[in-house]
Amino acid sequence: MRIDEHPILSFKRVEKIKFVYNGKEYIGFKGDTIASALHAAGIKILGHHPETGRARGFYCAIGNCSSCLMTVNGEPNVRICIEELKEGMVVETQKGKGRLR
Amino acid sequence: MKTTEIAIIGGGPAGLSAAISGASSGAKVTLIDRNYSLGGQLKKQTHKFFGSQKQYASTRGFCIANILEDELKKYGDRVEILTNATVLGLYEDKVITIEQDKQYKKLKPEKIIVATGASEKFLAFPNNDLPGIYGAGAVQTLMNEYGVKPGNNVLMVGAGNIGLIVSYQLIQSGVNVKAIIDAAPQIGGYLVHASKIRRMGIPILTSYTIKYAHGKDAVEKATIWKIDENWEPIPNTEMDFDIDVICISVGLSPLADLLWQIGCKMEYIPELGGHEPIRDDNLETNISGIFIAGDVGGIEEASSAMVEGRLAGLCAAKSLGYYYGDYEERRKDLIDQLISLRSGPVGDKIRSGLRKVII
Repeated sequence: MRIDEHPILSFKRVEKIKFVYNGKEYIGFKGDTIASALHAAGIKILGHHPETGRARGFYCAIGNCSSCLMTVNGEPNVRICIEELKEGMVVETQKGKGRLR
Repeated sequence: MKTTEIAIIGGGPAGLSAAISGASSGAKVTLIDRNYSLGGQLKKQTHKFFGSQKQYASTRGFCIANILEDELKKYGDRVEILTNATVLGLYEDKVITIEQDKQYKKLKPEKIIVATGASEKFLAFPNNDLPGIYGAGAVQTLMNEYGVKPGNNVLMVGAGNIGLIVSYQLIQSGVNVKAIIDAAPQIGGYLVHASKIRRMGIPILTSYTIKYAHGKDAVEKATIWKIDENWEPIPNTEMDFDIDVICISVGLSPLADLLWQIGCKMEYIPELGGHEPIRDDNLETNISGIFIAGDVGGIEEASSAMVEGRLAGLCAAKSLGYYYGDYEERRKDLIDQLISLRSGPVGDKIRSGLRKVII
């Protein structure tokens, strides 16, 4: 789902970044957010509503709406639409509302 | 506690312009933005801007972001830029609290310009929470900033400028746009954008609204239906679209939380997108030393946000004693630019809204 040809923009995908999503290894690129890397891999269900269980994806992609919260490196409630993808990140679907440690 | 002369909250078109204007007048400015880089929503604008030369007409939005950032950096030591820094609070004694790199920081400026912009509105319909239903701005971010397609087939809800422009950008990215619908009886955006879309064979259906989104874990289909002059749906006018993305482009509302917190006088102005702060001609709110610029003060185009930023920066600096002989001339030029941007029938709503909040 990456854009390869564009009349105006060019996307330089130089540096590959490995990360783990729900136990499986994926590859994104430097400059990705976690959300863009997941979406490029075809993953748009990011979690489920803590009470109704309905599927959730992102809505705003700029950190306003909190529809994309996931657990990243053990930390819950990370807005993955604005969190820069980093090598070795462990991204997990969050169960429930998450707990402060 | 750290101090500065002018703190600007938000590094989009308004905030960047405010910072340039404040620093060029001689003040020390601190520009705070919650993102990793400056530019705000300019960064995902691939189209060429309208307006005049002073508002970077004919230049693409993302290029304007770079031009403004370079211009700001010319002022060297007078400029401090805090990125990845989220303003958490704005207090009566003008202390700003900030989270940056998981650290809690405080800043005490003499003047503050709030340029926090806006967020996308949402629309009520069954299953509107399915993954694949995205704000138009979100789709633009995903495509134009990160180079990722939102899906393969899109229904665009909203034929204002954002809906039209994003539809065009979807096509540029190789995504199929099935239709653009709008509940209003006419197209809200500029006709120059609408004709570009029509030339590509994409139907723009006015007086249509979304009835239902279908799908279990992600959106798979959308049903739309026609509405009458009282905005009541007309039975048996339903149409189905097989899509994997519904793009919601039904307007923006100001991100004014900080203005509420500090106690600015707010009025509900539907023409401007929501609750707006009362302000004077110089963009100063009823709280002395708190200025606003850009969409937080009323939803408009980025062009006027940039001019407002320049005006707020100029006036905030003046109130600190930084001004030159040409101050009145510069102020008048900016006000004239705003008048010109808001002129004509497309500016009707904005002018009528602003009359209610400028005192």
